[in-house]
Amino acid sequence: MSESDRDDGVNRRKVLECMTWVGTGVLWTVSGGVPRSLGIMGEAVAAEARGLTFLQISDSHVGFHLPPNPNALGTLGEAIAKVNALTLPQKPAFMIHTGDISHLSLQAQFDDADKVISQARLDVHYVPGEHDFLDPDRKFYVDRYGRGTKGAGWYSFDANGVHFIGLVNVFNLKGGGMGDLGAEQLEWLEDDLKGRSASTPIVVFAHIPLWTIYPEWGWGTDDSAQALSYLKRFGSVTVLNGHIHQIMQKVEGSVTFHTARSTAFPQPAPGQGPSPGPIKDFPPDKLRTVLGIANVTFKQNEQRLAIVDSPLQG
Amino acid sequence: MSIAKSISNTMRSALVAAGLGAATATMLAAVVLPGWAQSAPQANTGAISIDNFTFTPQTLTVKAGATVTWTNKDDIPHGIGSENNAFARSKALDTDDSYSFTFATPGTYKYFCYVHPHMTGTIVVEPNNG
Repeated sequence: MSESDRDDGVNRRKVLECMTWVGTGVLWTVSGGVPRSLGIMGEAVAAEARGLTFLQISDSHVGFHLPPNPNALGTLGEAIAKVNALTLPQKPAFMIHTGDISHLSLQAQFDDADKVISQARLDVHYVPGEHDFLDPDRKFYVDRYGRGTKGAGWYSFDANGVHFIGLVNVFNLKGGGMGDLGAEQLEWLEDDLKGRSASTPIVVFAHIPLWTIYPEWGWGTDDSAQALSYLKRFGSVTVLNGHIHQIMQKVEGSVTFHTARSTAFPQPAPGQGPSPGPIKDFPPDKLRTVLGIANVTFKQNEQRLAIVDSPLQG
Repeated sequence: MSIAKSISNTMRSALVAAGLGAATATMLAAVVLPGWAQSAPQANTGAISIDNFTFTPQTLTVKAGATVTWTNKDDIPHGIGSENNAFARSKALDTDDSYSFTFATPGTYKYFCYVHPHMTGTIVVEPNNG
């Protein structure tokens, strides 16, 4: 990205075709909606010493046991160990999980996930993935994680002046479509944002990406444009997703979109495989270099938000 | 025609019993009795495989009363849902799981994977005039 791309303000809605593959341990600082790489992880983290830090894990798929990962619960455990081993300038305030906690929505899989994730000793804010609504009555997820939420599990909360919004785009999906938020949730979102100052930093998290990455594989959300239209007036919007089991980033005006790695298995880059399923023949000794966690730091007053992706290994 | 149908039914039963597919039955019928190949009723079963996030065949035509079976050959779960809930939703299908539904009423049934809704397919159920 060139220097001249950096002057995007809220009023200039130029779409930056900036789909970036973020390398291991590179810190992205977001300033005025445009990310800049600050260099290797250690020095960059040291520069971001104040504000709010939180963690993101995603796509743990507890119960998955096929190539290339015979034990997704095991690698979730490694991810939590990684969380506990992170040396951050400040203790993370909480963790978010962007869905596909389980592989098949079995109570035992949710139990196993909870047991391992609780070892991080952090509050966890969940949103569901499509794999979390596979029980026949589609109620295990909401019964377990949905206390105080609306509909199929959407909600918002505030932390250190940042407004967090957890959305559900995996419920009651329509044939031929992609992810879907639905009219009721969109109405709630519009209402939730009403009256908030445009200077309030917003973090939106949901399972399926809220921008269209690859419709042929359903990697997008049909009515995300409507949701984003309500966020247009805010100066700092960060959208965190999972689902695609790889890191991808895009910036559009003041909105930064970022997807996290899975803790379970990698999926191909868009169109680079026969299907969006697991990369079955991924070299076992390299698996942990493509699984991982993310930590996100918000520095107050400067409206800067930094996302650091850390692999389980390497 | 009724003799032909009767032959066709007998032959099909024998073939199904021998473990041969409906396609083979149709092909043999066409060879043996070219005159009624087009109007011959389909087998009373149909199979759809789910492989690489795709339903194969994309469109399956059966006669009313046919039982259609979907089999998941992917290593990711899928689920069968239908447009306007025209037929019963399957439970989640893990690898190698199957779901069967018997279509009693003629019509065109559009369905999709409720886990990955970009996956779609169609069942055409023709009247069974036999």
